[in-house]
Amino acid sequence: MSRLQVVSGKGGTGKTTVAAALALALATEGKRTLLVEVEGRQGIAQLFGTEALPYEERKIAVAPGGGEVYALAIDAERALLDYLQMFYKLGSAGRALKKLGAIDFATTVAPGVRDVLLTGKACEAVRRRDRRTGEPAYHHVVMDAPPTGRITRFLNVNDEVAGLARIGPIHNQAQAVMRVLKSPQTAVHLVTLLEEMPVQETADGIAELREADLPVGGVLVNMVRPHVLDEDAVRAAGGDHREEITRALTAAGLGGTEALVGPLLDEAAEHAERVALEREQRETLAKLRVPSYELPFLGEGADIAGVYRLARELRKLGVGA
Amino acid sequence: MSGVSTEPVAETALDTSLEGVPGLEVDALLDDPGTRIVVCCGAGGVGKTTTAAALGVRAAERGRRVVVLTIDPARRLAQSMGIDQLDNVPRRVDGISPGATGQDGELHAMMLDMKRTFDEIVEAHADPARAAAILGNPFYQSLSAGFAGTQEYMAMEKLGQLRARDEWDLIIVDTPPSRSALDFLDAPKRLGSFLDGRFIKLLMAPAKAGGRAGMRILNASMSMMTGTLGKLLGGQFLQDIQTFVAAMDTMFGGFRTRADATYRLLQAPGTAFLVVAAPEPDALREAAYFVERLGAERMPLAGLVLNRVHGTGATGLSAERALAAAETLKQEPGGASASDLAAGLLHLHAERMQVIAREQRTRDRFTSLHPEVPVTAVPALPGDVHDLSGLRAIGDRLAAGHGG
Repeated sequence: MSRLQVVSGKGGTGKTTVAAALALALATEGKRTLLVEVEGRQGIAQLFGTEALPYEERKIAVAPGGGEVYALAIDAERALLDYLQMFYKLGSAGRALKKLGAIDFATTVAPGVRDVLLTGKACEAVRRRDRRTGEPAYHHVVMDAPPTGRITRFLNVNDEVAGLARIGPIHNQAQAVMRVLKSPQTAVHLVTLLEEMPVQETADGIAELREADLPVGGVLVNMVRPHVLDEDAVRAAGGDHREEITRALTAAGLGGTEALVGPLLDEAAEHAERVALEREQRETLAKLRVPSYELPFLGEGADIAGVYRLARELRKLGVGA
Repeated sequence: MSGVSTEPVAETALDTSLEGVPGLEVDALLDDPGTRIVVCCGAGGVGKTTTAAALGVRAAERGRRVVVLTIDPARRLAQSMGIDQLDNVPRRVDGISPGATGQDGELHAMMLDMKRTFDEIVEAHADPARAAAILGNPFYQSLSAGFAGTQEYMAMEKLGQLRARDEWDLIIVDTPPSRSALDFLDAPKRLGSFLDGRFIKLLMAPAKAGGRAGMRILNASMSMMTGTLGKLLGGQFLQDIQTFVAAMDTMFGGFRTRADATYRLLQAPGTAFLVVAAPEPDALREAAYFVERLGAERMPLAGLVLNRVHGTGATGLSAERALAAAETLKQEPGGASASDLAAGLLHLHAERMQVIAREQRTRDRFTSLHPEVPVTAVPALPGDVHDLSGLRAIGDRLAAGHGG
């Protein structure tokens, strides 16, 4: 069972919602999970309807059966100052560095340092143990990661930085992080929709992750809507059954059915087209040889209730377990 | 409640009207010779690239000489324009026909290659020996290969270059899929302030004074700082940075000037920002943030493109009534197949009406915050766009989608 669950996905696929649901799903039976955000978007706070998360682990949800979900918005600048403090006991010198623009340089301009700090903080939470009991501080860490197009470079940055900074704590840190990320302790999941572009990006993303020896977890197909009518039914409705359907609509108590039947059949034709496209996308996903899990479309939008519902689905499907 | 009365059914195929919201006149924007740059920005996954390509096709077919600059690793724009490989040079797109205005236009498309763009700047601004030193520097190689900010900076750099060439009378820019949609505004400034900052001077001091010997002239706090960085990153890395900075020294003024020029270009009257969104809370929240930010930066906002809006031809039939009618059909003993089909159609319609209502609520929230922003609503298509005719269809919808 992977301790670090990385959730990526194309923009608009709902990866933050799915990451939150996964953190909740893994927090059953008294377990504790940490949901981390690395892009500074405060997506978790918005989802849970709380104030902006500080750079501090705080409880944001309880799971059925007594589990707890903590959340952390990782801030690269704060993480760097933490490191400097840890390694060098910098104190006021840290502020001096900040004033000079060195911290800004290290976290925004220097190649990769920012991503090293973000992945490093997540891995630290994975490795952390309770001082008294020796138990892991968190049973699972779930990362709401950068989108599919950037995920491999983001996770692989430590390899690159270890090559650039060949000695020193950043080098050691980068190597330690890479050992966690490339081990079975980690699983990288990709969230997609049953649409062409996200599915194509998912296929490309999996190929890149495999190329970089990063462990691919599963494909999480989000916002799957039930099929109300299949293609045959739509064809039948649009063809010789039009008259009968008009009569049936009238019999159901509706007026103006002559004018109504056309628009309704148009909607059905669009639906049928979507069903056909979705079937193609499922076939493409099946060829990826990665476990794939389908999550239902949340009719009333992604909110806390939706997160709990998706968490139940994820538990049923056994994702991450 | 009169369940049997005749229900009014809308005559228009789609209801994308936005009462009280000014419509975004896409054709007027594209036809205006004063419009020289259109920047498409917004959250990821809202159809920015497709919008940029569709606008490019439409403007070209309305007689303009257009180049579309896309920054997208998935190369989707390339596919939809029938070009397999877009690269760092604008390529002419075939199949553009003279349209509405009868004038011959042209469409060119390119995809940003950030490393190539960065290399070109170096080659253009440094003598060959110095350029070779920079291009071979490990720090430079990582920086240019695309860490946070480089893509955004190079996108703006490329925009400045295209504008300076003055070969096109309209440039349409797609923005990078950043962690924040605003990174492309901030990256040039960030790089500029970094290059101007004290830190860079400090880093350069030893190299300028002749390597390690120069360290002695630094005061205590400075040497402590470089010492700390050296320990943290490893001496070799720091040396790579110092060599890089020293080699780039002559170009820094240029970078700063160019970043400033690009920023001013974005504020110029010939520039129009289109914020692209989908009727979903996250995308519209980001759009609202963007609108506010553009206002603060005094950058000209043309309006909001709202993609993937659902509509219906049967606005008069509510979700509740459709479901109630479907129930009636189900309850008929021995329901014939036509009855089942009708019930299915009604269920589908109810679902559609619920989607429309949800989208409307999301749009209303944006509109109440920014009632002055012109909007064009683009109906959702069931499938993806693959070719020019698909882009043309989107262009038609972009131009027609404004509410009255």
